[in-house]
Amino acid sequence: MDRFRMIFQYFQSNSESVMNGICGLLALVSVKMYTCFDFSCPCLPWYNMAYGLGIMFVPPIALFLCGLILNRQSLVMLEEWRRPQGRRKKDLAVIRYMCSSIMQRAMVAPAVWIIVTLLDGKCLICAFSGSMDPEKFVGFANASPVQVQQLLAKVPCKDDELMRNNTSRKAVSRYLRCWSQALGWSILLILIMAAFLARWLRPCFNQAALLQACHWSNYIDIEQKIFEETCCEHSRLFAHKCILHFFESMRQEIKLHSFSLPREGEGAEGEEGLLRGITDQDQVNKLLKMWYYEKPPLDVSQV
Amino acid sequence: MDKFRMIFQFLQSNQESFMNGICGIMALASAQMYSAFDFNCPCLPHYNLAYGLGILLVPPFILFLLGFVLNNNISMLAEEWRRPQGQRGKDPAVLRYMFCSMAQRAMIAPAVWVSVTLLDGKCITCAFCTSVPVETLGNASHPGLSQGEMKRVLARIPCKEIYDGQEFIANEVAVRYLRCISQALGWCFVLLMTTLAFLVRSLRPCFTQAAFLKSRYWSHYIDTERKLFDETCAEHARSFAKVCIQQFFEGMSTDLAAAHCHPPRKAPAEAGETAEKLLGITDQGTMNAALKSWHRCKPPLHLHPPVLPSSNGWVGEKQPPAQPPVPRKEMAAYYSRV
Repeated sequence: MDRFRMIFQYFQSNSESVMNGICGLLALVSVKMYTCFDFSCPCLPWYNMAYGLGIMFVPPIALFLCGLILNRQSLVMLEEWRRPQGRRKKDLAVIRYMCSSIMQRAMVAPAVWIIVTLLDGKCLICAFSGSMDPEKFVGFANASPVQVQQLLAKVPCKDDELMRNNTSRKAVSRYLRCWSQALGWSILLILIMAAFLARWLRPCFNQAALLQACHWSNYIDIEQKIFEETCCEHSRLFAHKCILHFFESMRQEIKLHSFSLPREGEGAEGEEGLLRGITDQDQVNKLLKMWYYEKPPLDVSQV
Repeated sequence: MDKFRMIFQFLQSNQESFMNGICGIMALASAQMYSAFDFNCPCLPHYNLAYGLGILLVPPFILFLLGFVLNNNISMLAEEWRRPQGQRGKDPAVLRYMFCSMAQRAMIAPAVWVSVTLLDGKCITCAFCTSVPVETLGNASHPGLSQGEMKRVLARIPCKEIYDGQEFIANEVAVRYLRCISQALGWCFVLLMTTLAFLVRSLRPCFTQAAFLKSRYWSHYIDTERKLFDETCAEHARSFAKVCIQQFFEGMSTDLAAAHCHPPRKAPAEAGETAEKLLGITDQGTMNAALKSWHRCKPPLHLHPPVLPSSNGWVGEKQPPAQPPVPRKEMAAYYSRV
């Protein structure tokens, strides 16, 4: 039992750390994915907006769902929410606490993706270059509307033959990048302020209820882990008894059918004990065959 | 048994982590394989589609099968599925649980391959370059080219060095268009997979939690039982071999004594354990004879009933009762030649 206690203490002190670790790992994966991803704006009038906004919003949704999937506590929370009441009341405050802590952790990776995207600027340039006002930029002011649309759509593609030496392209690009980075930094500032305020002001509002919710959510998590461990231990013992019972019943059968002298002296001593009365090739083959063709029933009450 | 118990507990509590680890390694291997693979579009009208779609779909299928092969539990599932019912009923829910959990893990590496392929864009560019809408992206009004010729020109889009259709549609425009479609498909695929995984994981506690707990327990039980049975058999085999060999040496030394017509030498009491371990074989000739006999005439897989061991471990003064005569005769016959 001592070993179990050590393991459970480890789990208890570390389930928060494990979840924070996964959260951090996902954030790093998010940055790595963005840098590995080869952003290539289509530079076509309607496709730009769809592509740019798609790259900005679809991966964060996938990352959010990944954050929920990888967090063990989300399953625990769902089980607690959906279980029948039985003899244990359900405390909605605990479920709400667990839900909010899961959501907060799951939001980190998507937020990192969006901020990195905005600070880089390519997505916004791709999405909104076609929506710029051509009057503001000298190079685009004197073209027909259709041509203007085409030209503006090609702004994100530096190497396009029409855009290669176009100074207005650089102007549009810089303008949009400036807006994108401003937006990125603002969002980062707002998120950090919100996190700071939430942590700082939390003790001012109902700290006792919070402590209770925190304690019981921890309890539910540990109870679940201990239940799984106990089931594992139980299934191991069950299997052990079942197999011993099987070997014993084989030995009885062999004794019944063979005429060899009964064993004298002490039973189960050293190697003889481990042999369990099965001492030749045919007996071993018969045992193995019985094991396959007729597994023993799942009932060790007679043992 | 204590040592085994610790190992089993470790394996059991960590079986899930072990399988997840293999799963993660396969996903990384899949991404690495794609980046190491040298994609070479053939740039010919019908070959492009076959090559592109082949690279997109065939490796994931192979990775899926590999995911099953590398999973230790597949043999357990097959055994449980095919065993005769006997005295123990079969629960199809347990089989379904085992199969589903294996299939879910095996799906990860193929999903990674397909996502990486689509997000990279080369496959779709190669496969669908002949279907680029030239009317909207370029100028299809250029005269003189039949459908077939046009297709041949468009098929060269992925191969920039030999592309000669710049006047119909610029190479960069076509590649950007196709890559945009490919990446959109890729991200949609990633979103779809994560949504499916999320739904599968989160709907289970809402509907079938009790049945799930049961299936999970019994599937772990079957695995534990199989491992314990293998361990017990290994222990038994070890003991069997030990007793068999001990009886062989004892038989040899008794035979020798009988052949040389003197009673078996009693080791002096003070020689103790070392003398016991020599098993009555104390010179080169005897040892060589024992080794030869072991090679030429291994003892049958039938252990003699054990006798009461005397204090110094010898068969001793009392002859063992009811020894099967056959092997003895063979050994005696062998010795008579010598």
